[in-house]
Amino acid sequence: MPRVVLVTGVARDLGARFARALATDESLDVIGVDVSPPRHDLGKVSFVRADIRNPVIGKVIKTHGVEVVVHMAIVASPGSAGRSSMKEINVIGTMQLLAACQKADSFRKLVVQSSVSVYGASPRDPVKFTEDMSPRVQPRTGFAKDALEIESYVRGLGRRRPDVAVTTLRLANLMGAGVDSQLARFLALPVVPRVMGFDARLQFLHPTDAVAALLAVTREDHPGTFNVAAPDIISLSQALRLLGRPTLGVPLQFAPLIAGMLRQARLGDWSSDQIAALTYGRAMDTTRFVNATGLKPRFTTREALEELVSVSTPGLLNPDRVDQVLTGVAGLIEGSRRD
Amino acid sequence: MTEAEIIQLGSRGKAGRGSGKPPSAAARGLAAGGKTRTPRARADRRTDADEDVSVERVENLQPTTPAEPAFTASEPVAGVAEAPIVDATVVEDGPDPDPADAEPAGADPIDPDDAGAADAKPGFGQLPPSVNLAAIVSELAGVLGSAVGHLRNLPTEQLKELGRDPLRAVLQVAEALGVDWQESLEEIVEFTRARMSGRYAIDEFGFDPEFTTKVFLPIMRPLAQNWFRVEVRGIENIPTTGSALLVSNHAGTLPLDGMIVQSVVYDEIGRHVRMLGADLIFKTPYSHDFARRTGTTLACQEDAERLLASDQLVAVFPEGFKGLGKPYADRYKLQRFGRGGFVSAAVRAQVPLIPVSIVGSEEIYPLIASAPTLARAMGAPYFPITPLFPWLGVFGLIPLPSKWIIQFGEAITTDELPPGAAEDPMVVFNVTDQVRETIQHSLYALLMQRRSAFL
Repeated sequence: MPRVVLVTGVARDLGARFARALATDESLDVIGVDVSPPRHDLGKVSFVRADIRNPVIGKVIKTHGVEVVVHMAIVASPGSAGRSSMKEINVIGTMQLLAACQKADSFRKLVVQSSVSVYGASPRDPVKFTEDMSPRVQPRTGFAKDALEIESYVRGLGRRRPDVAVTTLRLANLMGAGVDSQLARFLALPVVPRVMGFDARLQFLHPTDAVAALLAVTREDHPGTFNVAAPDIISLSQALRLLGRPTLGVPLQFAPLIAGMLRQARLGDWSSDQIAALTYGRAMDTTRFVNATGLKPRFTTREALEELVSVSTPGLLNPDRVDQVLTGVAGLIEGSRRD
Repeated sequence: MTEAEIIQLGSRGKAGRGSGKPPSAAARGLAAGGKTRTPRARADRRTDADEDVSVERVENLQPTTPAEPAFTASEPVAGVAEAPIVDATVVEDGPDPDPADAEPAGADPIDPDDAGAADAKPGFGQLPPSVNLAAIVSELAGVLGSAVGHLRNLPTEQLKELGRDPLRAVLQVAEALGVDWQESLEEIVEFTRARMSGRYAIDEFGFDPEFTTKVFLPIMRPLAQNWFRVEVRGIENIPTTGSALLVSNHAGTLPLDGMIVQSVVYDEIGRHVRMLGADLIFKTPYSHDFARRTGTTLACQEDAERLLASDQLVAVFPEGFKGLGKPYADRYKLQRFGRGGFVSAAVRAQVPLIPVSIVGSEEIYPLIASAPTLARAMGAPYFPITPLFPWLGVFGLIPLPSKWIIQFGEAITTDELPPGAAEDPMVVFNVTDQVRETIQHSLYALLMQRRSAFL
């Protein structure tokens, strides 16, 4: 009898990719759950339209005899539905799902997608967070707070059901071709506002590596919390130069104002910890995950970003144009030297 | 351990320092050599009443310092020899050269200025009706006049040339200043191209070796070699491979000493020194960016251990802002050494501690006073008031050209300590004290050896 795996949040890109990849395994029976029908081809995944905020999810788990639950129905930005809906999906949804899991006798394993956001961001941060570190400044709003609450509920379940293997993966910001995240949209603005005098260290994760990591911890048992990210970092100014984007310097004090303007213009909803992460930088140490699974990300941060560059429209300061200007200036200097 | 304090009568237990008041007559009388100097100090005070807080402070230093046992050896050389020099730069710079200049060129502009000064006088109600003000104004006018005279003599031909071809002029100026970029034009273009397209490497700390070696260090080099004339001793104590923790005294109002250490160590043995900095550095715009690029990271246990584990040369300034922002009167007196976190990091990583004693950094911006209210308003740990800052604005930021000696002491090894020593606070305190004592003693020794603060 095949093991039954329930994956939540399959309507979205990463969930769909993961569920599809998981379903190629003959020994697994993969059930995808989401409130909206999937936009992507799900392959052999059987899709169940259900809301995890609703006790109905318990029935799904019971009738199918679900053994493994992969919880990926986590919303990182408010989008059109607004912050209250986002919080409900993240927090209430997780609570309902975990409550249903706790009741199910067939339930043996839980994999939760969490985020780097749980570490908050502040100028007092160490350069790389390990799994045992707690945020220096406790996030009070937005996705970071949701992620922290989700993790605490997950820990609660682990205490109440010690027979269940619980794995939490803290994923770095996804980056690559076709990634439709708030950060990717932000970096693709024609002129990118940035906080003056700070050069944030960015760390990305390519969706391919994210899926590989999720597959590894779903197929094998690796209980615990793991950071998953590319090993290297890139600075915000490097990223913007790779993308050829001119920047608009904003004093630190005005950053919330600019974030408000971006929200008005529907160009993303930035919470204070996300602004802080783009100001002071944030990165994770991934040693524990690499040692546990032996899985090294295939894409570096830079390669993930370069993939985005290759599919996005070249910016105003794209390398070709910079080359032209530089060659011109070099000619000028050469000329004045010869005089 | 700590040196015994001799508490003098009538100075609020502070030996006349830091209490904001000059020492009492009793305190001056107690201290040797005080009597001979005080009359002159008073005379100074009477004549230039306006701006000579600095002189007072420096003078006040004299009677009290010899009372300190640890200083008695070094003071005759360091203290007494230096103080007059500071006097000279502070006081005599103003009035001395001017009378000569003032006469020839300054005859015309004196009158209007003087009238202005006369008008302004009633406004300064509490100021004594002094001849001084008029004298100063006339001197200033004289200086201005001579400056205008000099301007007339400027080579107009060259200026026109400059206007015609600014690019070339900039290159010439750069060459004249001795900015050695070690690059030909093609390389500069290639460098700019790589920078502009983001094709350069940084490590996980945000350290940008290319920027550091090609931009930052070439700027620091002339400052270290020609301005401060740094004399490096004991460079052989720094390992050429593997990690080590350099522990240094911290002084000079601005953390120039760290940058100079970085520069000389790179020039001597070709290794980058990675520094640990206070969180204020990383809160402050531009300072954050610059610090990360040049290899500084936050002084926290995690980062220190990460650096030491990756075979880096790490430098730490355990005095922190207490050392940087201490008054000039307390120069070369080590402040408290934090909580010894750096020692436990080194012990845990089993890397040697190298005591670094820097002499000369105290004199670059002599901190004669601080404005605590202003500092609090700005969120800074202190607001420096030096003889030149903030009076001269940006020019006040030019460091005084003191003569520096940097001594790298013999390594204090930590690998023979028993396992778990890092968790033993007593061991950590003992090693911390050992490092602190070593630095303090070699500071005194170096102070005795140097001829003067600026030569």
